[in-house]
Amino acid sequence: MANLTASQDKPQGTQVPKRFAIVLIVGLIALGVCVLVSLAFGSRAMGLKEVLDGLFRPEVDSYSASVVQKRIGRTVFSLLAGGALGVSGALMQAVTRNPIADPSILGVNTGATLFVVGGIAFLNIGSANEYIVLACIGAAITAIFVFGVGSLGRGGATPIKLVLAGAATSAALSSLISAIMIPRAQVMDQLRFWQVGSVGAATWDDIAVFSPFLIVGILIAFVTAPALNALALGDEAATGLGVRTGVLRLVASAAGVVLCGAVTALAGPIGFVGLLATHLVRLLIGPDQRYLIPMSALAGAVVLTVSDVIGRILGSPGELEVGIVTAFVGAPILILLAMRSKVRSL
Amino acid sequence: MNNLTTNNTIAYIMAGRRQRSRRYWGVTTVLAVISLLLCFLMLYFGNTIYSIDKIARVLGGEQIKGATFAIHTIRLPRMLAGLFAGFAFGVAGHIFQTMLRNPLANPNVLGITTGSSAAAVYCIVILHTSEAVVSVVSVAAGLVTVTLLYLLSRRRAFSIGRLILVGIGLDAMLSSVITYLLQKSASQDVPAAFRWLSGSLNGSKLEELPPLVITVLVLAPIILLLGKHLSLLELGEQSASSLGIHTDRTRIALILCSVCMIAMATATTGPIAFVSFLAGPIARRLVGVGHTNIIPAGLVGVILVLAADLIGQFAFETRFPVGVITGILGAPYLIFLLIRMNRKGDF
Repeated sequence: MANLTASQDKPQGTQVPKRFAIVLIVGLIALGVCVLVSLAFGSRAMGLKEVLDGLFRPEVDSYSASVVQKRIGRTVFSLLAGGALGVSGALMQAVTRNPIADPSILGVNTGATLFVVGGIAFLNIGSANEYIVLACIGAAITAIFVFGVGSLGRGGATPIKLVLAGAATSAALSSLISAIMIPRAQVMDQLRFWQVGSVGAATWDDIAVFSPFLIVGILIAFVTAPALNALALGDEAATGLGVRTGVLRLVASAAGVVLCGAVTALAGPIGFVGLLATHLVRLLIGPDQRYLIPMSALAGAVVLTVSDVIGRILGSPGELEVGIVTAFVGAPILILLAMRSKVRSL
Repeated sequence: MNNLTTNNTIAYIMAGRRQRSRRYWGVTTVLAVISLLLCFLMLYFGNTIYSIDKIARVLGGEQIKGATFAIHTIRLPRMLAGLFAGFAFGVAGHIFQTMLRNPLANPNVLGITTGSSAAAVYCIVILHTSEAVVSVVSVAAGLVTVTLLYLLSRRRAFSIGRLILVGIGLDAMLSSVITYLLQKSASQDVPAAFRWLSGSLNGSKLEELPPLVITVLVLAPIILLLGKHLSLLELGEQSASSLGIHTDRTRIALILCSVCMIAMATATTGPIAFVSFLAGPIARRLVGVGHTNIIPAGLVGVILVLAADLIGQFAFETRFPVGVITGILGAPYLIFLLIRMNRKGDF
């Protein structure tokens, strides 16, 4: 009884996680630094002064000013896309109650890509809006399929079953993508970034089309966060707390699918960002979704932008697609999670 | 009376054994015939179709304008690469699956082929080394990948699920390394990319083949000899050691041989998707359990690679690399297998 009153006095839910303020500040500083770095590096590296001059006093050196201007679009897009992927990863993990859910591991990215590539090849689509719609449909179908296969049998959707279903589906879909692309070798160059994601080709128009999807997805994520906390206790407990688990799962996973579908439509399949971002954040501030989701957005933005910069440095004079970098940086998290987990939970 | 029953039982067992043995040899013969037929078709089909007589004469060493070039430089190396790589993938995949007692635990899913592939790409496109060096390095890389896999997934208790998860993670990392190397090398041409990402027989050269051929010819008999123990290992660690097998030694020897074969095949043709995964289960379905299906698995591997390559070359307007075809054929089967395993509750 005493316990009960105590918890009513100070409901656990309202507690701000330890270190949240510090982590937030550090995260924002990191974000600022990576914006500057992203503006500075590329086939022509610039000093901080040049970047700042280019940004605020374009009259000093019109050439660096134009380079910086060019890079602004790319940087903004990679921040937004990274944020979307971070939130998408967090939502998928919460909905499946599974620490290794991530759009790329579940094959959702590949499904979105297949639909876009198929749309370009057979339906002659060409606008960003159409890309996004098709990508979302592809992502949704793949998500449903993978989750369906992964949750068959005893124990429901265990991590190992989901990962295997995702990897198998992803392999099947990428073979189909190759089969669609090879006969169209002449347009291969335009299509190529569909195999490995890249943020380099995004334009301001793309960003304008992308933003509404991003905003809707993130709003849904914020609204459902408290209910997702309840879901973490298990379906029965969540129902007991007044959560309609079916509706919640549907809404939250729809948001996750739209976020990752929209990114994939414009940037191709970028893997492991969600996994990396959410686990980094969970390690720092714990599992409360109301803090985890926004911080995952921040972390995702930082991870993707930094990866893009690394890709530009490693790939110079050209550039390395960001999807390659994120796979290399993010896949170890999967290995780590596999090493840490108990045999039973696999 | 009692004696009679015993005799009957023995007769029953013997009859069953004979029947299984007959089925084994029957299936193996059919598979071998199909493989030979496919080998012939690989030589027969092409831009120009030569008569059987001409092909035989060219193979015999006679110089015939056009035909000699087409067969000796293009079709024969392609056929041999497919033949030996297919056999290596099939056998090695089967060994892994049997030893780990899980069809999903094969060099493809576990990232071992990708490790060899990454090393081969590094040697070929960055260092421009000779074939011999490429072979040695890719075998070494395969062994390193296996060791890493073992060390990373060895915790207090061994778990096949953990091994597969770690393998998928390693595979993702190593694939990104391959893509990076391909970009760095500026050899942006699509055939090269496909060879190293999903496997292709395009551009196989006769002088590149000896390492693979020698490896297969030397290691396949060794695997066959050790394979007698394989069916006992399949019963589980304890039963096998109580039947007098040095489980660790046999296991390590088998893994070493398999990894060498798979690495050599990968260094020659790239990681042809799903062959090492499909061959074992298909062979088992054809032959049945109770045999060490090493040779049937190898032959199924050959058939898969050669048939997929013929389909990829001639069935469509555009030529598809063999890996894309095996990928499209293999992935649905993988999903089907997953559904069945999940239903049965194997995980």
